[in-house]
Amino acid sequence: MKAFETFRGRVAPLDRANVDTDQIIPKQFLKSIRRTGFGDNLFDGWRYLDEGDPGKNPNERQINPDFVLNAPRYQGASILLARANFGCGSSREHAVWALEEYGFRVVVAPSFADIFFSNCFKNGVLPIVLNEKNIDELFDLANADDGLELTVDLAAQRLVLPSGAEIPFDVDPFRKRCLLEGLDDIGVTLTDADAIRVFEARHRERCPWLFDALR
Amino acid sequence: MSARTLYDKLWDAHLVKQRDDGTALIYIDRHLLHEVTSPQAFEGLRLAGRSPWRIDSNIATPDHNVPTTRRADGIAGISDPIARIQVETLDDNCREFGILEFPILDARQGIVHVVGPEQGVTLPGMTVVCGDSHTSTHGALAALAHGIGTSEVEHVLATQCLIQRKAKNMRIMTLGHLPPGVTAKDLALAIIGRIGTAGGTGYTLEFAGPAVQALSMEGRMTLCNMSIEAGARAGVVACDETTLDYVRGRPYAPAGALWEQAVAQWRELVSDADARFDAEVEIDAAALAPQVSWGTSPEMVVGIDERIPELSAAQRPGQRDNWEAALRYMGLEPGMAVTDIGVDRVFIGSCTNSRIEDLRQAAAVVKGRKVAGSVLQAMVVPGSGPVKLQAEEEGLHEIFLAAGFEWRDPGCSMCLAMNADRLGPGEHCASTSNRNFEGRQGHGGRTHLVSPAMAAAAAVAGHFTDVREMVSASGGGA
Ligand code: SF4
Repeated sequence: MKAFETFRGRVAPLDRANVDTDQIIPKQFLKSIRRTGFGDNLFDGWRYLDEGDPGKNPNERQINPDFVLNAPRYQGASILLARANFGCGSSREHAVWALEEYGFRVVVAPSFADIFFSNCFKNGVLPIVLNEKNIDELFDLANADDGLELTVDLAAQRLVLPSGAEIPFDVDPFRKRCLLEGLDDIGVTLTDADAIRVFEARHRERCPWLFDALR
Repeated sequence: MSARTLYDKLWDAHLVKQRDDGTALIYIDRHLLHEVTSPQAFEGLRLAGRSPWRIDSNIATPDHNVPTTRRADGIAGISDPIARIQVETLDDNCREFGILEFPILDARQGIVHVVGPEQGVTLPGMTVVCGDSHTSTHGALAALAHGIGTSEVEHVLATQCLIQRKAKNMRIMTLGHLPPGVTAKDLALAIIGRIGTAGGTGYTLEFAGPAVQALSMEGRMTLCNMSIEAGARAGVVACDETTLDYVRGRPYAPAGALWEQAVAQWRELVSDADARFDAEVEIDAAALAPQVSWGTSPEMVVGIDERIPELSAAQRPGQRDNWEAALRYMGLEPGMAVTDIGVDRVFIGSCTNSRIEDLRQAAAVVKGRKVAGSVLQAMVVPGSGPVKLQAEEEGLHEIFLAAGFEWRDPGCSMCLAMNADRLGPGEHCASTSNRNFEGRQGHGGRTHLVSPAMAAAAAVAGHFTDVREMVSASGGGA
C-alpha cells in the first residue's frame, strides 16, 4: 500500500444520508475478478442516465448533468464530503476500490457503516468522522461557486481550510500508522505468528471439533 | 470473572492478543467463501507468495451469480461470460488451494448463509466470517459471525485472524410473543424501523426475550441476518435446546463423545443474568403487525395496517429529504395506504427467507389460490439444494406451481439481481430479501421488503394485503 502523505485537494459534496454500497458501485460491476476497473462506474446509477453495464464504453454513456460529481467545479476532486451512515449495505470492497480509482483519497462524513469504514483503511483511503456542525460548514463552503480546497494532514490529524482555520479529527492509532507507513497489515499480523500458533494449539485442545472437520 | 454477555464470552474465547493500541487479534474458526468477494483475495495471496494458514477452516460455494434455471448445464449454463469466469475462478482457486467447495452442480450448493448452518459447518461458539455482510445470519447459532471485505478475506486466509476492536453490547429485548401471522421477518423490520439503519453501528446486537426464544432456528437466522440492516456487524441469540436440536446430526457437526463435549461448552453460550449492556431496546412483540417497507432504506417501514408517513413526521436529521427522495423513486405519496400499493413481481428467496420454514409459510398462504393476473412474475428460489429437495418431498413446489409461481434452483437470484433475475424500471416487487436500496433488484426497480407469508399474500391479491385476513387460525407465529 502507498504511504499516505499530506496533500491539498478539492472537495466534492454529496448531500445525501445513508449512501449505500449498491449506489457507490452497483452489483453488475462486481462480476470482475480484478481489483481495478471500477472507477468509471462509481455512483453509476446517479452519474449516468443510461443503464450501466460492464461492457459499456464510458465515453459513450449519457452523463447526468444534475449529479454533483459531474459539475465542472468538482472535477478532479480527491475529497468526498458525505452525510451520515456513508457506505452502509454490503461488505463489497469494490466500493472503496471504485472511490479510490476515481481519485478520492479521503471521505469526510458524520458517520460511516462499520465494514465500509475498515475497508477504506485497507486501500489507503482515509475516512474522517466530523461532527454535524463541522460537516454542515464544509457543505456550505463546498457548495459555494468556487468550491473548496482542503489540506489533509494525517500525521497531525487535522484538516486545514483555505482561511487557515483547522479542524482536528480522530483516527485509530494502529490504522493511522498503517496508512502513514503504507503497511501491509497481513505482514503486521504475521509478526505475531507465534502467538497465533500458541492460541491455536490451546483452542484445539479445548474445542477439538472445530478442527479437521472440513475435508 | 465479572458477569459477561454472550458477545463478551465469544470474544474472550477467541482473543489471541490484545494490542496496546486498542486493537485485538481475533482467531477465526470458520471462513465461508463465495465467488464475488474472493477472487482478488486469492490473487493477493498468490502475488505475495503466501499460502492459507489453515485449509480446514474454509468452505466455499458459488451463490451470487449462479443462474436459477437450466442448472443441469452447470457452469456452461451461465450465459453471462463475466459471471461464468467468476464462478470458474472460485472452482479453480478452491482446487489450487485444496479448499472444500460445493460447486454449482453439487447437491449441497446454495446461498452461503443457508448452507453453513444447514451442513453443520457453522456451529455454536464459533467465530464465523465471510466476504458478505449477511454473515451476521450465523449469529443465530450463538456464534460470533460477521461480514468482512476482500482484504480481510485475504487476511483471514493468510493468518486465520482478524484485527478488530471490540464492539459495544446492545440487547434487543422482546416483550411478549409474536401474534399469529407475524414472523421473525416482521420483527426484524420493526426493529430496524425503530432504531434506524445506523442504530446498531458499533454494537453487537443480542436478540432476547420470549418472542426470540420461541422462534425456530430459521426464524432466528432471519432475525440475525438483518442485524446488518440495523447497522450492526453481528447479531447473536443465546444457545438453548432449539439450537442444540437444530445442530444435532448435521453432516459436519460433531458426533458421539465430541458432541457431548461440545454441548457442555455450548450450554454456557448465554449472557450472564447480571451482564451489563451498553444499550437496551425493548420491542413489544405482541403488538406487532406484519411489516412492509415503503422506501429505499430498510428503516422506511410500516405495519400493513398503517399508512406511508406524512413528511411532517420526519424526526432525524436529513430524514425528510431522504423520505422525499425515496417516495419519488418509489412513485408513492405520503399518507397513502400500504394496501393500495400494487405488486408487479414477487420474489420469495434470499439468505433472509429461503429456508424450509419460509417456504412452508408462503405455501400455506398460496395453497388453493392463484397468483393475481396483474402480477407479471412470481418466483420461489430455495436457499439451497437440500431446502429445494425437502420442499419437493413435502409437495410445496406443487402448491407454488399450481398457483402460478415459478419454482427455481438455489442461489441469491433477485435479491441482488446479479444473474438474469431482475425487476424492470418502475416495477414494484414484494420481496422477502433484505435490502430495498435503489436499483438493488434491477435498474429502476422498486423493492418492498416483507415476510414470505406477506409476499405470498401480495402475489395472490396483486397488492399488499394483511396476510392475517387470508389465513385464519392456521397462520402460525414464528
Ligand atoms: S441472498 Fe442476497 S443478501 Fe444474501 S448473500 Fe445473496 S445477495 Fe447477499
